[in-house]
Amino acid sequence: MKILGLNEKDSRFLLIVIFLTLATPVLLQPFPEGSGMAQFNAGYPDLMQRFAIFGIFAIGFNILFGLTGYLSFGHAAFLGIGSYAVVWMYKLLDYNVIWGLPLAVVVSGIVALGIGFISLRRSGIYFSILTLAFAQMMFVISYSDLFGRFVGTTITNGETGLQVYGNDPQVLLGATEPSSPHFFGIVMRENFWTPQFGDWQFTFNNGYYFCAVIAILAFYLSLRIFRSPFGLMLRAIKTNQNRLNYTGVHSRPYTLAAFVISGMYAGLAGGLLAAMDPLAGAERMQWTESGTVVLMTILGGAGTLMGPVLGAGFIKYFENIFSKINDNVLHQWFAWMPDGLEDAIVWVLHFFVGKGWHLTLGVLFMLVVIFLPGGLVEGGTRIWRFIRGTDRKEKTADATHQPEHVAYVAEKEEF
Amino acid sequence: MGILEVKDVSKRFGGLKALSDVNLSVEEGTVHAIIGPNGAGKSTLLNCFVGKLIPDTGSVMFEGHSLLGIKPHQINQLGVSRVFQTPEIFSELTVFENVMIACFAKRDGSFRLQPFKTVENETDIVEKAEQMLVDVSMIEKRDMHSASLSRGDKRRLEMAMCLAQDPKLLLLDEPTAGMARADTNNTIELLKDIQKQRGITMAIIEHDMHVVFSLADRITVLAQGTPIVEDVPEKIKGHPKVQEAYLGTAH
Repeated sequence: MKILGLNEKDSRFLLIVIFLTLATPVLLQPFPEGSGMAQFNAGYPDLMQRFAIFGIFAIGFNILFGLTGYLSFGHAAFLGIGSYAVVWMYKLLDYNVIWGLPLAVVVSGIVALGIGFISLRRSGIYFSILTLAFAQMMFVISYSDLFGRFVGTTITNGETGLQVYGNDPQVLLGATEPSSPHFFGIVMRENFWTPQFGDWQFTFNNGYYFCAVIAILAFYLSLRIFRSPFGLMLRAIKTNQNRLNYTGVHSRPYTLAAFVISGMYAGLAGGLLAAMDPLAGAERMQWTESGTVVLMTILGGAGTLMGPVLGAGFIKYFENIFSKINDNVLHQWFAWMPDGLEDAIVWVLHFFVGKGWHLTLGVLFMLVVIFLPGGLVEGGTRIWRFIRGTDRKEKTADATHQPEHVAYVAEKEEF
Repeated sequence: MGILEVKDVSKRFGGLKALSDVNLSVEEGTVHAIIGPNGAGKSTLLNCFVGKLIPDTGSVMFEGHSLLGIKPHQINQLGVSRVFQTPEIFSELTVFENVMIACFAKRDGSFRLQPFKTVENETDIVEKAEQMLVDVSMIEKRDMHSASLSRGDKRRLEMAMCLAQDPKLLLLDEPTAGMARADTNNTIELLKDIQKQRGITMAIIEHDMHVVFSLADRITVLAQGTPIVEDVPEKIKGHPKVQEAYLGTAH
């Protein structure tokens, strides 16, 4: 079966992704309420929205980093720009997200064009440093509301963060309109179905499905880019930019296009964050946020289609679920042990849970980078091969779907 | 008038005079070899043809266009393709993808944004790339990772990429450097075939005499940055100046 201009294999792939995305509220709720494992359930709206939104962020980042190998350390700037654009549309027009989201994409695209134009004059580590510098400048500008002070009105509202106030114009606001973000009356924070099957409780949330549909579109678009002549050129840039230049291709417009596209994805993700929760703050632009998307992409598998989404889900899951495990929970788990041993184990694990979840993530990240340079996707592929008992040598036969690992920051010849 | 005209080219690196007053003319349809001992300035000269170096004085004209001060991709789009000393290919991509990139560059120019087309549906590109692989007898290796090819096959692949662009001038920088004898002979045969079938003008930088004498129609001998002799291969072989340049003066 072929759909939407894809070949058979990709069509099947897309259908699986669509199914998984739409079934997330069920799939992430495997444990019955009240059981000891219920805290590992992730099927609640706020977290699922984050999975979808950061999935979009990572898919876009992967178009730049995964395909061209250019490692940007400043993509959080676009995330923040997207959020500010959406909240401004709430303030000026009304709470319908239809105005803000396209604006978020356009504005972040324009800013990406400027930053990319300058940063892409260098490659390798110098490119990364330039993008980091730009993002930090943007962070400081928003945090201190520098533009706002310059023009005499607030733009980012500084460290308080941008939000909607009662005296904002909201010129399109109707009398019966919801007073929180909505899409033509579909209120994001409301659930449209909360079925209960025995002990299992599922939440189907408007906001999640809104993000999910956009995430599927974003994924489809990136799939098309991967299979296009444009995507081929981007992959050529990653392997040998020098040869590409001598083959008659001007690599810089290609990298710039990839940078702008990934900036627009990041702007969209930022816009969606504000569409779920009508706030925008400068902390969203901090460099740690840029680092997170790099981690997501590498953890999942840079240059693969599914990898970044998996990585995003993994990190957000850890951030929200692992951080909730505290010493009491640990004591419950190991209560069957002799007291001394129990205390000792809890004392060790204490550092890896709760606020220490970063430590677990760090260990996991090291293990993945050392043993699975292709990320979680490579891990999945290996397990699949092991189950089917196929020879590992087959790997070379399908470079499109399992590209080999390449060094990320390779200094390339300048032109 | 040759297809490539080099006039009074000089290049200094600090105190070292790498090239001084090089004059050279490559005639259309011929194989022109540039030979010389190590340090004669062969690679410097080649770098002046491909946009990597700009000479201090003189001019390099290709079909009436100056090649000085323009970028490598622009030079390629004028019809000058280049083969590197160590084969430069897209080693993370498949053999077929390598050739397709060259075909795209020929068809679409140096930049064209087409994110919604699908590579496998571009039938003209697919057919041409397949034809090129047949021509260099590598079609059965179509889906291999090009990193896993042998040195000789990498050279073949690089040649296929250059030929896919129908170049007017093919620059070869020591095409057999570091190759085993068998690979060298294969490469010579490949180049001879190409020359016979397509009549592409070639400029070869080489210091392997065996390669040069079996391929070239005309040879320029470079020594210490200056051409000392230019002639047909038969005359070069016994030329006293050439022997002097390669072996030094007799004591």
